[in-house]
Amino acid sequence: MRRIFFDSAASTQIAPEVVKVMTSAMLNLHANPSSIHNEGRRCRAAIEKARKSIATEIGASIGEIFFTSGGTESNNMAIKCAVRDLGVKHIITSCVEHHCVLNAVKAAARDYGVSIDRVSVNQYGEINMEELETLLKSKTEPTLVTIMHANNEVGCINDIVKIGNLCRANNAYFHSDTVQTVGHYPINVDELPVDFISGAGHKFHGPNGIGFLWINSERTINPLIDGGAQERNMRAGTENIYGILGMAKALEMANENYETHKAYILNLKDTLRSELQNRIPGISFNENPDKEHLYTVLNVSFPPHPKSDLLILNMDIHGIAASGGSACSSGAAKGSHVIAALGGDPCRTAVRFSFSHMNTLEEVVYVAKTLEAIYVPRTVNA
Amino acid sequence: MANPRKIYLDNNSTTPCDPRVVEAMLPYFYEVPGNAASRNHPFGWAAEEAVSVAREQIADLIGVEEKEIIFTSGATEADNLALKGVFEMYKRKGNHIITVKTEHKAVLDSCAKIEKMGGEVTYLDVDRKGRLNLEELEAAIKDTTILVSVMWANNETGTIQDMKAIGDICEKHGVLFMSDATQAVGKIKTHPKEVGVHLMAFTGHKMYGPKGVGVLFVNRKKPRVKVTAQIDGGGHERGMRSGTLNVPAIVGMGKAAAIAKAEMEQDAARVSKLRDKLEKELSANLEEVYLNGDIDNRMPHVTNLSFKHVEGEGLMMTFNENIAVSSGSACTSASLEPSYVLIALGLGDDLAHSSIRFSLGRFTTEEEVDLAIAALTKGVSHMRDLSPIWEMYKEGIDLDAVEWSEH
Ligand SMILES: Cc1ncc(COP(=O)(O)O)c(C=O)c1O
Ligand SMILES: Cc1ncc(COP(=O)(O)O)c(C=O)c1O
Repeated sequence: MRRIFFDSAASTQIAPEVVKVMTSAMLNLHANPSSIHNEGRRCRAAIEKARKSIATEIGASIGEIFFTSGGTESNNMAIKCAVRDLGVKHIITSCVEHHCVLNAVKAAARDYGVSIDRVSVNQYGEINMEELETLLKSKTEPTLVTIMHANNEVGCINDIVKIGNLCRANNAYFHSDTVQTVGHYPINVDELPVDFISGAGHKFHGPNGIGFLWINSERTINPLIDGGAQERNMRAGTENIYGILGMAKALEMANENYETHKAYILNLKDTLRSELQNRIPGISFNENPDKEHLYTVLNVSFPPHPKSDLLILNMDIHGIAASGGSACSSGAAKGSHVIAALGGDPCRTAVRFSFSHMNTLEEVVYVAKTLEAIYVPRTVNA
Repeated sequence: MANPRKIYLDNNSTTPCDPRVVEAMLPYFYEVPGNAASRNHPFGWAAEEAVSVAREQIADLIGVEEKEIIFTSGATEADNLALKGVFEMYKRKGNHIITVKTEHKAVLDSCAKIEKMGGEVTYLDVDRKGRLNLEELEAAIKDTTILVSVMWANNETGTIQDMKAIGDICEKHGVLFMSDATQAVGKIKTHPKEVGVHLMAFTGHKMYGPKGVGVLFVNRKKPRVKVTAQIDGGGHERGMRSGTLNVPAIVGMGKAAAIAKAEMEQDAARVSKLRDKLEKELSANLEEVYLNGDIDNRMPHVTNLSFKHVEGEGLMMTFNENIAVSSGSACTSASLEPSYVLIALGLGDDLAHSSIRFSLGRFTTEEEVDLAIAALTKGVSHMRDLSPIWEMYKEGIDLDAVEWSEH
């Protein structure tokens, strides 16, 4: 049976061009980049070229890019090391962050005794700016704000320029989890009032197991993972050279094709929305119609229905991969903390469809028809 | 390998990825996208299934259960997780850790961080061969000791510690035993349970697998060992290490483990012969060649030699474009500090500075070894011919008695 992959927000399909770069590196750049012999130096040069490319793509200087094993590590490093090394006493965050941020914040509270405030969100998942401002103004000791750029489950986008300016005005450090936007939107850190942002290769058709943390050159933190002198003493461990090269290639391609991919994917999303709206009564969408929203994510709210319980599995039988909640918790059959925070009807079922340029309109129509068949069974021979 | 003219004798820094490993990984790039934690659709299942096969292959290589394998991004992260994770988890039992001066930076720097966090760390000395003294180890254990961390084999000298004896001491005193086995796994038999190791770190790229993936073995029964996660998130890897799993790399490491299990013994037999040849001929061709390490207890593919009165880095320059070896370990070889490992063995600065580590591997050929012998012989002779120190030495001047003045 054909498979339709509408789960790109969990992990995208790697681009063939990226695999090529990686396999070529596996076979040709096999030395340790820290070695001073010829082979080692060639590996070092390739890594530094990739670093320069990524820095250029996001408007950073090369000294501000640190490679990690992925989004989770980047976020952990930013939060835990900022708390430990910048004397942070309070963390302000939201209740709809990715689990890695939620739990890194909890660990920081446990290990360093910082206090936590969680800004509330509206029915679309956007954070309450007034509340954030009030909280920021009430803090007299060093504060770290960690608020995501775009939410991975519902796709709402927070205005990180505005949040960053509030942080600056109140002398707070600002980390933003940009894992869902790097490679999907142009990001220019030069124009963003932020201190730390994170990226993960596998969210933009790059490889798994590689990510980066951008650290504003004005902030100095120490490593999360100690050991060798790699990453200018900021992240020990032999560099994942193929991952680094693959991620750089993926980001170059993503930014190069930004306009065309965005238009293409947005059309897929808009089509799925209108097709579903026409076919299934009582359906709604977890998104703010008046705001820019991740073009890669459509979070659909299905009405209470006997078929809704096992909807993800049911779709799967029909060859469709989508998620309810985020991948990280879907094994644990727990409800989504994000959907819960939106405060809607708990009897409705939220499903995240997430797209890439590798999907087609035909797939969208097939999915809409399949869902219609599940929800609105036709009476035979009526 | 891409460039057959280059002779790669630096397999302790990193091994090339076996082509069979690359081949095993490819389908997981192309055909199976998916997040191994997305358990509700087959893309996720296929990824999960592949991870579980790899877990089995790795568990099989080291004789443990699948559930005892925690995937990380490499040995450095695994070392950090084991040390800091045990320190945090067993705080109530004590705060004292014992390790050795010749450990890798990943262990030493984690210990330094632990000291900053309120821990106490004892760094044991080693003898001239790089082995620790078992009595000193036992004497260092006290009521507050929670962990002993000793590497299985040293990355610079290849010296193998007496793991069973150390494990027995740890068991006798009821302390956990952790080992950085990065240099040993896949090359010699490393079964943690047979020697009483409770936590063991290793990495893909030192066993002909990919970079960007490593493992921490965590004993699950008798005793049940737990570590506090250092990277928090979605609760992957039984809550000990979060983050989307690097499926292709994990598959690659699994394949590398399966190959190692099948071929390790014959590889070791073949490569140790080549290593012995290299060592013997260099010692025959050249004067004043010293072996660093333990000739009776060492890895089959490694030899570390000091060529007296020849500066190692300079020597490397004489054949750098053709032969890859290292002086000191890769992580510190960009600096000109003498190797702290060799200093711990009791070498003077001069012998430490004149050391070269040769680490052979699965793809090393006899022809390459012959070429290396010729190049080294020529390089060392050339350097010595130019060296006034060598001249003085040959004239019988006691160099240690010479007083060098600053100018
Ligand atoms: C918003 C967000 N942050 C962080 C992560 C974690 O990234 P990774 O799984 O690469 O560690 C994800 C994806 O899983 C995400 O969607
Ligand atoms: C003994 C030992 N431990 C740990 C490491 C670190 O491994 P990695 O760089 O893969 O994290 C190395 C290699 O660099 C090593 O030789």
